[in-house]
Amino acid sequence: MGRGLIVHQALTDLWYGFGVALEPHNLMWSFFGVLVGNLIGVLPGMGALSAISMLLPITYTMHPVPAFLMLAGIFYGSMYGGAIGAILLNLPSHPPHAVTCLDGYPMTRAGRGGAALGVTMIASFFAASFGITVMIFASPLLVNAALKFGPTEICSIMLLGLLAGGTMARGSPLKGIAMTVIGLLIGTVGTDVNSGVIRFSFGFPELTDRVELVALALGMFGAADFLRSVNRMKFIGNETKVRLRDMRPSRAELKQSFFPMVRGTLIGTLFGAMPGTGPTITTFIAYAFERKISKTPERFGHGAIEGVASPEAASHSKTQVDFIPTMSLGIPGDPVMALLLGALMVQGIAPGPQLITEHADLFWGLIASFWVGNVLLLILNVPLIGVWVKVLRVPYRMMFPCALFFIAVGVYSTNNSLFEVNEVLVFGIAGAIFMALEFPVAPVLLGYVLGPLVEENFRRALLLSRGNMGVFLERPISLTFVSLCALLIALQVFFAVRAAWAKRHARRTLAYPGTPARVTLPGD
Amino acid sequence: MRALKSKRGRDYAGGMLMAAIGLAAAFQGSSYQLGTLERMGPGFFPTALGVILTAVGVAIAVTARFARYEGELEVLAPEWRGWACIIGALVAFVVLGKYGGLLPATFAIVFISALGDRQNTFLGAMVLGLAAVAVAIVVFWWALQLQFPLFQWGGG
Repeated sequence: MGRGLIVHQALTDLWYGFGVALEPHNLMWSFFGVLVGNLIGVLPGMGALSAISMLLPITYTMHPVPAFLMLAGIFYGSMYGGAIGAILLNLPSHPPHAVTCLDGYPMTRAGRGGAALGVTMIASFFAASFGITVMIFASPLLVNAALKFGPTEICSIMLLGLLAGGTMARGSPLKGIAMTVIGLLIGTVGTDVNSGVIRFSFGFPELTDRVELVALALGMFGAADFLRSVNRMKFIGNETKVRLRDMRPSRAELKQSFFPMVRGTLIGTLFGAMPGTGPTITTFIAYAFERKISKTPERFGHGAIEGVASPEAASHSKTQVDFIPTMSLGIPGDPVMALLLGALMVQGIAPGPQLITEHADLFWGLIASFWVGNVLLLILNVPLIGVWVKVLRVPYRMMFPCALFFIAVGVYSTNNSLFEVNEVLVFGIAGAIFMALEFPVAPVLLGYVLGPLVEENFRRALLLSRGNMGVFLERPISLTFVSLCALLIALQVFFAVRAAWAKRHARRTLAYPGTPARVTLPGD
Repeated sequence: MRALKSKRGRDYAGGMLMAAIGLAAAFQGSSYQLGTLERMGPGFFPTALGVILTAVGVAIAVTARFARYEGELEVLAPEWRGWACIIGALVAFVVLGKYGGLLPATFAIVFISALGDRQNTFLGAMVLGLAAVAVAIVVFWWALQLQFPLFQWGGG
């Protein structure tokens, strides 16, 4: 296929996508998603994950296209909402925004909070547009490659995704892997498709079906979080007034933030292409990079606008690019993507290379709706910023009981059964224990969603090779992924050993102050 | 419980917990048919996962033995009231949802969980619960037509 033809084809498809996204019915759901996502994202302690899983049950009965447009809208709406809390109140309700607090909040204290929000909006729109463009041109190419994938290749690329998701989050890589395996185990609960044998049902007839996705997500990320934060959430209330007029950044601020925005976008795009690297790590790298190359690094942490523009751009471009492996390969880059993937599968749509051709309306409609949704977000936030500032003031003590109620009702409505509410309770307690022991819970969701796919492809690959495990090393594409897995493990071991050695060395040479071996990120 | 107050103790406990879950999963998984590598039975994958989890759990505990920890662990005081109220609220929702209907369940989950926060007053929690009941009627029962009777007696 010639390059011109690809571009032409992409533009034709995109035009078709806009047709789908702008249908009044779809547009309405997209708007609803952005609005609700924005609202929930602003609430302290609520991120994209809880926002999507709370509204997921509504989509079970909807047509897949509006359902997915709405979910995507919730996703970027809540991301933007999280930035508002981070900048105005120093509250990182969504972990990737933790780094935005570093410079966004000092800007607020200096009276430039409005400008920081304005720059965030511009940066996220720019980065999202870039990410969408990459997605338009990269997806068909990736699909061509993916069509050559058999069960062996799918299995090894999923292994890579799981390993990356487990080890590259925060904290100990071993703990991340343990959580991934727990997720895979939860994924095996229910009836085995090949033999009809019921596994791990503990005698509950409700568990012959799978564990409910929404119950798992809301238990681990909603209820568990409330158990962790009740009576511990410190509130710093301050008087911030943001008016429309303040949201226009000055010319100097725009000039200062332009190149950081471009660099952040590129970093985000790069990381989006790597499965398993969470958004938090991306924003931290974008921030660190910006500080490193800055001529005035001492300004960072005291309200440098570059420190807001670059990470925000990075998280938005990463998010967009993340959709590529999720939709075309069925490999989600982070838990939010895993949740969206789960939503697709509930609709009976199998993600994979055939998705783009078989569900063209969904795929191109979704891409076009990213733009439509981001414009809606811009329009929405200009008049509503005052409302969001008020929403930010809702105290946690009133917020979490209501959220718990929405969780319970939402989970009930997935199957009209109270059994799923019990699942929330169990996963909530389990999640709180895991978090207290400093295990990252995000990989659980990744493992749960990918588990059945991994098992099925693993079984099929070995059936085809007549039980020869060597098949994973014999096929070139698969060998590449397996080598990458080995490299990932080797690197982790190398870093761990080096850190241990450095510490021991530091203790011997007493005077040396000792550098932290690993930068711990606040959540991922 | 004292072991949990150091970082090392916490990692020991975490590793042990993972190994225990892994062993249980492997044991239960092997009760389903294992099969061969070529024709795997339903038990193969869960058993393999259980074994891996056990190994990872042991590895966590072993590395905790040799790791050097820096800094003190920030020990948070247990929050029994909050925990009891949140868990109780979810249990109350299930029980009252079955034997009372949507409205009692709604009130109970919001009221009980609100009492878990020390800053909420009894009256404030009541008001919050009643507000949630209004939302349940208007949004879930009337607008979204949720299949959940407002009141029912003795489990339908």
